[in-house]
Amino acid sequence: MKGTPQHVIIAGGGVAGIEAAGTLADLGYRVTLVEKGDEPGGHILQWHALFPDRRPAGEVKSYLRKRIEHRNINIITRTTVEKIRHHGGGVAVNLSGGTEEKADAVIVATGFELFDARRKEEYGYGIYDNVITSAELEEMFNRNRIVKADGTVPSRIGLIHCVGSRDEKVNNNHCSKVCCVTAVKQAIEIRKMLPSCEVFCFYMDMRMYGPYYEELYREAQEFHNVNFIRGKVSEASVNINNRLVIKVEDTLAGRPLRMELDIMVLMVGMEMAGSGMKLAEASGMKRGINRFLETTDHHYGNNLSSIKGVFYAGTCTAPMNITDTISHARAAVAETVRYLNGK
Amino acid sequence: MSIDQANKFGFTINRSRLIDYDASDRKVRDYITAREPSFRLCFACGGCTAACTAGHHTTFNLRRMNTYIRRGEIDPLREEVTRCMLCGKCLLVCPRGVNTRNVVAVAAEAIRKLDRNEL
Repeated sequence: MKGTPQHVIIAGGGVAGIEAAGTLADLGYRVTLVEKGDEPGGHILQWHALFPDRRPAGEVKSYLRKRIEHRNINIITRTTVEKIRHHGGGVAVNLSGGTEEKADAVIVATGFELFDARRKEEYGYGIYDNVITSAELEEMFNRNRIVKADGTVPSRIGLIHCVGSRDEKVNNNHCSKVCCVTAVKQAIEIRKMLPSCEVFCFYMDMRMYGPYYEELYREAQEFHNVNFIRGKVSEASVNINNRLVIKVEDTLAGRPLRMELDIMVLMVGMEMAGSGMKLAEASGMKRGINRFLETTDHHYGNNLSSIKGVFYAGTCTAPMNITDTISHARAAVAETVRYLNGK
Repeated sequence: MSIDQANKFGFTINRSRLIDYDASDRKVRDYITAREPSFRLCFACGGCTAACTAGHHTTFNLRRMNTYIRRGEIDPLREEVTRCMLCGKCLLVCPRGVNTRNVVAVAAEAIRKLDRNEL
């Protein structure tokens, strides 16, 4: 690179945005990282431990923190990218607050949002006290305390897979990929913290797609006595003892099953982030029927938008785990650099 | 009107097919798991049932039997354990290495003990 370094704006300071920023900075580019929250980091900031090895999330958080400690990176927080448009030979973005920033390219890394569990009203989230989401269970792990709303210790916890995923009723036909293995990880963590608490996973399919995921599933059965029941929970209610009662078909027995639970954990899926949708709408970026950003090719163009100088990284294109998000962000940088070199 | 009278008109009372997890107990499961820990590894693929000679001629289904054990459904289990001929073909196909033949043998033992109030 000769003369003034070229400038890339990254919309979104989660795992993908941070990795893309760090990689570009290492290569000598000037980066502006725009993050809507108080600090970069994304969803991982709320997480306690990560699958498949249950390492502390803090290890990856500190990697990400160091990744953007670079003189080439300028971080703007509490700000969103509202619109991307062409400007001269490059791009210009409108930021919330009315300012404008010019650059040679943009990487969109606006990420995902967790499914709002209230939309599956039959599970009673926001209605019954002891119905929580997987993210809220992770906060309980952070506090090292798993208790019911009344402060008592649970003796049976059920984890409900596919809440907001693979479900036409909430307009999400897609699989969120990471919830199955998250459930297995959380089931093991509950069993380790509360050895006398029974844990049940209610699943449609166990999608253990990544390296060491299937091994984690086996470990859950072999060493932690986690129970797995194949069937989608149809509804939950509360009985006179103030325990949750769920209805499910035990599809392997071919019979309906009823069970009481102390806590029901909803494994909420991943949806395209609202801020990303607004940006796509304003900038003419195409989205697929799953509402995530549509790339030019599923196999060899999955960082490419149909707009010149605009590239995609991470879960704004599809549900992804952290490993794949980091790889996808690095690939987005490769595509961006190829484009900038050709300018 | 008694049930007998009702039956004259073709009405019958069906037993509930519901698995009421809190009304059944897992003594048999715990007995089997303690003596054959590999039982926990079953992920219900059905390989055993596909290979099963007895299952080709009777309703015996080892995959379903494992589910009954786990749920504490003893009545259907009682019939199931008598159908296995202990040939061990299921052992050869199990992808999780469950000692399936021993599960059936220990399950039969557990049922005998249960019936003698020894469990």
